[in-house]
Amino acid sequence: MKSEAVAAYTGVLFAVGLVVSGMTDPGRVIGFLDITGRWDPTLAFVMGGAIAVHLPLLRLVRKRRAPVFDTRFHLPAETRIEPALVLGSAMFGVGWGLSGYCPGPALVSLGSGALPVLVFVGAMIAGIAVTRALTRR
Amino acid sequence: MTTASVVRALLGGALIGLAATIALLAHGRIAGICGILARALERDGGRSFRVPFLLALTAVGVIAFALTPTAFGTPVRGTPLLAVAGLLVGVGTTLANGCTSGHGVCGLARLSPRSLVAVLVFMSTAAVTVALVGGHS
Repeated sequence: MKSEAVAAYTGVLFAVGLVVSGMTDPGRVIGFLDITGRWDPTLAFVMGGAIAVHLPLLRLVRKRRAPVFDTRFHLPAETRIEPALVLGSAMFGVGWGLSGYCPGPALVSLGSGALPVLVFVGAMIAGIAVTRALTRR
Repeated sequence: MTTASVVRALLGGALIGLAATIALLAHGRIAGICGILARALERDGGRSFRVPFLLALTAVGVIAFALTPTAFGTPVRGTPLLAVAGLLVGVGTTLANGCTSGHGVCGLARLSPRSLVAVLVFMSTAAVTVALVGGHS
């Protein structure tokens, strides 16, 4: 139960971070991506702030032999830069630029109960499920 | 861009970085939202991390929407276009094994070359999409 409680707490921190930073407002995300128009670079500081905290701390964490609630760390083993990485990232960028939603802010925005967000998340989950079924990812 | 909005972006980003660190320290997991969502119900021992984490994201959304609805802005496109965008985000992040959080925060902090490629690609296609479709519709 302690493991689940810490996981929920982690999700709370993550979501509060998204709301506080402005990432849950699709208009502001579009403004950040609108570099040839009325560009608002503010949201670059979200990724900057996150990396500034996570980069040094993760090095400390990796000195442990194992995480607190598991017997080992689960880190991606893949190192190849394969076509699927590039193609998938390109598709994701188009969807992000169209909507102003990436997966985290979309899931937090579900809390607003707005139908357009519901449709976006439904389509996103369908896309995940179909791709996993076809590629066994 | 105002000083207050930059401070909020940095603060929110720092919370996200802290959450990513706790996910690694406590559960040995990457705080990549699309990966957590895609494998939410998989029986590999990570479910006790993923399900509470995801529920917390949306629960924070419900509370934040009640307290400060303006943080969620308004959808920037019509619902049919959002469905297309959601599909692209779902398929793309699954093919690429990561999104703004998995590649953008966790991957870059781990100095992963794959993540650097992913971030450069999705930022570029997102910016081109906004330049083509328009920042404000």
